[in-house]
Amino acid sequence: MSHFQVPLLALFLVLAGGSLFLYKYRVLGFPVQPDAETRVWTVEAMVNLNAGPGPVKASLHIPGLTPGFAILDENFVSRGFGFNPRYVRGGREVEWHIRRARGPQTLYYRAIVYREPEQRETDTTPPFPPKPELGEPFNTAMEVLVDELRSQSADPASYTVELLKRLADGRSDQNVELLLGPAASLLDRARTATTLLAAARIPARLVRGIILQDRQRKAVLVPWLEIHDGRGWTYFDPETGSQGLPDNFLLWWSGTDPLVEIEGARDVDVKFSVQSNVTDPVVIAQRKAERKRAGLASFSIFDLPIQTQAVYAILLLVPVGALVVIVLRNIIGVQTFGTFMPVLIALAFRETQLLWGVLLFSVLVALGLAFRFLLERLRLLLVPRLGAVLIIVVLLMLMTSMLSHQLGFEIGLSVALFPMVILAMTIERMSVVWEERGSREAIQQGLGSLLVAMICYLVMGLSYAEHLVFVFPELLLVVLAVTLLIGRYTGYRLVELYRFRDIRQSNG
Amino acid sequence: MRQCGVLGLNERNIEYIQKYNARALFPLVDNKLQTKQLALAAGMAVPELYGVLTSHHDIRNFSKIVAGHPGFVIKPAHGSGGDGILVIPGRRTRSNRYYQLIDGSFISEPEIGHHVSNIISGQYSLVGTRDCALVERCIRVDSTFESLCYQGVPDIRVIVFSGYPVIAMARLPTRRSRGKANLHQGAVGIGIDLATGTTLNGVMDETVVREHPDTGVPVKGLAIPQWEELLLLAASCYPLTSLGYLGVDIILDREFGPLILELNARPGLNIQIANQCGLRNRLQLVEAQNGHGSMEEKVMFSREHFSSTEYG
Repeated sequence: MSHFQVPLLALFLVLAGGSLFLYKYRVLGFPVQPDAETRVWTVEAMVNLNAGPGPVKASLHIPGLTPGFAILDENFVSRGFGFNPRYVRGGREVEWHIRRARGPQTLYYRAIVYREPEQRETDTTPPFPPKPELGEPFNTAMEVLVDELRSQSADPASYTVELLKRLADGRSDQNVELLLGPAASLLDRARTATTLLAAARIPARLVRGIILQDRQRKAVLVPWLEIHDGRGWTYFDPETGSQGLPDNFLLWWSGTDPLVEIEGARDVDVKFSVQSNVTDPVVIAQRKAERKRAGLASFSIFDLPIQTQAVYAILLLVPVGALVVIVLRNIIGVQTFGTFMPVLIALAFRETQLLWGVLLFSVLVALGLAFRFLLERLRLLLVPRLGAVLIIVVLLMLMTSMLSHQLGFEIGLSVALFPMVILAMTIERMSVVWEERGSREAIQQGLGSLLVAMICYLVMGLSYAEHLVFVFPELLLVVLAVTLLIGRYTGYRLVELYRFRDIRQSNG
Repeated sequence: MRQCGVLGLNERNIEYIQKYNARALFPLVDNKLQTKQLALAAGMAVPELYGVLTSHHDIRNFSKIVAGHPGFVIKPAHGSGGDGILVIPGRRTRSNRYYQLIDGSFISEPEIGHHVSNIISGQYSLVGTRDCALVERCIRVDSTFESLCYQGVPDIRVIVFSGYPVIAMARLPTRRSRGKANLHQGAVGIGIDLATGTTLNGVMDETVVREHPDTGVPVKGLAIPQWEELLLLAASCYPLTSLGYLGVDIILDREFGPLILELNARPGLNIQIANQCGLRNRLQLVEAQNGHGSMEEKVMFSREHFSSTEYG
């Protein structure tokens, strides 16, 4: 066997486990911190309408391409209505329909979104728009304005900025006044801007969105302007002409189509509300992994039923405990009863808390040992004797629970979680060691087991350890690598330095 | 400690036991019955076997087996570390149903039966499976050890590496070890100079002792009789078992001389403390040899190179 075999295998395992871990952490954003939280926004659009007799059809624009945000979850609530979301020009819409409805109806669309800086508008580059035909005298006004703006600007962006500035203080310019008409709203200005951008052969569109803030009962739709400069979409505030999107701008839909279109109903009214809350970043990373089709990384514990997850949350800690035992036995040199018995005891300590766990464990083992010595006198066969110890252990556990309950120590109830078979085996082994090798060695090994169990408990109880192996089970490959390396460790155990101290002294 | 050449448990396990002792060969030494049969077939000296108890049913034959033998030893075939061994040097004359233990106390036949049944159930077996109990001759210790020995049967542990005896110690039972010769049970280990067969200082509980804790007799300077013969017997266990790293336990019988008591594929490391000498340098020196040569040549080599004076 080559000397490099184990180190190479360990290296491979570390690389495999480590790279998967790094991918999940850096790219998919799985959190390494146990209590990390991510802010999400719940945005709700409520459509109120008064249905006439007969069929009703309502189409509502819903977010599709949302730069800077991604949708974690969405749902459609509507009593009795059928619905289907679909992609349309300008984004996405949901169409609700019902054969017959009367009176006021309420339809809800609810989306949970989170910030996702990687999310961009990924449309294909739009064609140059045709020159708008407005009819006279508007055409002339438009041409004059375009010529003026062109001479004052260098590129689509500066053209847009200049244009928006002119539209903002429209009263001073006759051409602008003519194009905007009287009493133009911000929306009108934005719409006119797209026309004037089209006249300059710049692809532009009007978008509407919501600025996400916490606890907005009535969020308002804010118009924004997008232009395509040949490389990608850039955004402009139609009011001030400043470039860029506001921080919390959730793009709802683009184009000039109305937000909602209704057939067969009156008094239509759409209200938006926003609520901010926090969620587990794992959920978002999960979604990301699905979207990226991340293969292995998207296989995850979180897809399992909750109960199974709870089991694995504990099971995955066992390798960590095993590693602790390996280190303590092969590098430190602590002696224990049963190789991995301390890990199981440590798992039981998780329920009882350390102090009570140690106390209950000691009491049970001490009482068990006492009974075991009585049994020794009866000269039983091995298996029945083991069985008798097991039965006594169960009875002792029951008595401990009942006694502590009577005394008001509810913690004593958790004694039921001790692995009783392991306990019985420990008592048996301890009594044999006691008989064969004396009380000193038995107590020494018993304390050793308890010490290892306590250290296991402390390590396994680290919220980091629990979180890391659960979210990144691939780290167990690293644990395996370390285990393999210790498996080839030929150095001294720590206690051997003490054990062989006399030789060292005599040899100088 | 590296410089002193002390061998640690981890290194022993990986570099010597795993490397030189094929796992398939372990049953040869783990099962004392098998070892004994193998040694007998090879014509080597072992304590006489009176009988084997393989089932609970056999226990009733027990008194028949020991009839006519005043002393005997009961041991589990798969025992380790001396656990489960019952030494009965003689029996009480007045009633044959009571047997005397080495500490002078008595044990009834049903109690012995219970002990045998525990052995058969596998209480002392390494793997916890069914076992059988051997009943064999109780050794009458060579007079050399008589003055030193409190009670029980002292033996000599020799570690044989690839046929070379590399280190040896005598193991003397004490009151605390209750007649057993295993160091972890409280027996005293006394280093032996391989060249001359004379004893050095002893070790008990991992600390150096200069006299027997029970008898107060100095342990140093005792010459072990038939030393050459003993080393040859130990060395011959290598071709017998093919185990490269082997602990051979030998007893000196008053009548029969050195007898193989048992073999151990995982001999302990306290022997280093008894000899005040690390094992590693010796093992490496053996590894550097070509490994050919007769048993006699190997023993000669060991006596030449592993004298205690050479290593201090």
